[in-house]
Amino acid sequence: MNSDRHRGGWVIVLSFVFSFMLVVLPMPAWISAWRPDWVAMVLIYWCLALPERVGVATGWFVGIVHDVLNDTLLGQHALGLVLIAYLSVKYHRQVRSFSVWQQAIVVFGLVALNQLLGIWIQSLFGSPQMRGSFIYPAFSSMLLWPWLFMILRDKRRAYGVD
Amino acid sequence: MLNIRTRKKGVFHRPKRPLSLRLVIFVLASIVLMIADHRDYLKTVRTHLLGLVYPIQYLVNLPVKASQWLSMATSNRLQLIDEIERLRAEKQQLQVTLQKFEDLKSENERLRQLLASPLKVGERVQLAEVLAVDLEHSRRKIVIDKGTTDGVRVNQPVIDAFGVMGQVIRVGLFSSTVMLITDSEHKLPVQVLRTGLRTVAKGMGAVNRLSLLNISNTGLNTGIKKNDLIVTSGTGDIFPQGYPVGTVIDVSPDIGQPHALVHAEPRAVLERNRDVLLLKKSGE
Repeated sequence: MNSDRHRGGWVIVLSFVFSFMLVVLPMPAWISAWRPDWVAMVLIYWCLALPERVGVATGWFVGIVHDVLNDTLLGQHALGLVLIAYLSVKYHRQVRSFSVWQQAIVVFGLVALNQLLGIWIQSLFGSPQMRGSFIYPAFSSMLLWPWLFMILRDKRRAYGVD
Repeated sequence: MLNIRTRKKGVFHRPKRPLSLRLVIFVLASIVLMIADHRDYLKTVRTHLLGLVYPIQYLVNLPVKASQWLSMATSNRLQLIDEIERLRAEKQQLQVTLQKFEDLKSENERLRQLLASPLKVGERVQLAEVLAVDLEHSRRKIVIDKGTTDGVRVNQPVIDAFGVMGQVIRVGLFSSTVMLITDSEHKLPVQVLRTGLRTVAKGMGAVNRLSLLNISNTGLNTGIKKNDLIVTSGTGDIFPQGYPVGTVIDVSPDIGQPHALVHAEPRAVLERNRDVLLLKKSGE
């Protein structure tokens, strides 16, 4: 992120901070299982909106912070978010032309991929936690995507982030 | 100003490497990190990273703290007086018990000296507060507001007023992560207080359930039964001996297996505790 070339970097940083707060916000267990993958959603949005600015590197750093906050293996979320960022940046032209609900389906796919990868890594390093509930965050992320999309788009335009 | 900007542009903006190359670099970096972390090479790094993200944990915890403060500030004066009275009475009772405790302690030490088996009695405790933040929902872990700057170390036992809660598994500068005894990866050496039967209490990843391992089907009736209290046995050098862990709630012999299915319920209030105690060995 080069603040000398672009404007409004703090909006991006703040949006990630908010997503991290939502990640650790205490919730009853059954809601917690349905908790959307906020960080991945915010990352997907910025990758689609500003692909020359937010990409694989941002995904990696954000993933490391996610790992530290969630007390998972360092690099687990980083790997997933790097892949998400890569796919979002690579196909940002196609996805941008989709309607918001079509985008939501893409988000569903990416979050599901991230979840599966997490389970796969955990079983590789010796604590398998395979259960059907891994797909719940993908559903909730899909349903909340239009809402997050509107908010972030408004903020991006209001603060002239480019 | 303009001059600096353009020059900066020249220095810092080399053409970006192709996307796929960056992908490979960061994927490799993640894999290397995971392997290093799995082998515990990154303890100090994680300590500092956890210190770095403490503001986020603090911010999330803030509303809870504020509401606590608010309820305290607005609670009625009479209620407070009642509370003080109640606490004073409780303290009196505890002090009476403590008088006997001092006597018993010295007697115990004398007897141990006679037996020539010295035992260090007494641990110091440090108060910590549970931060209202969530971790992975499939694991049973909590975050407390004390870190390396307060002298917390890895493997330090954590208890509450009723029993053993868990142990510190990760320390940051200002906060640490505690694995509860109900986490599916936690094993705690325990014994049955009534009979001295030794076993291991393993977490089941479920709320408020412990599974007692390696109890044979034969001799179930003499060794362990429902409502038995289990305490830490002191083996393993992490937990000191004699702290209450839980109560046996279910003993069912399993004919197909060499071991019986025994479940216990933890004594400590694991899920909705605000204040916990960190145990320090007397030498520290």
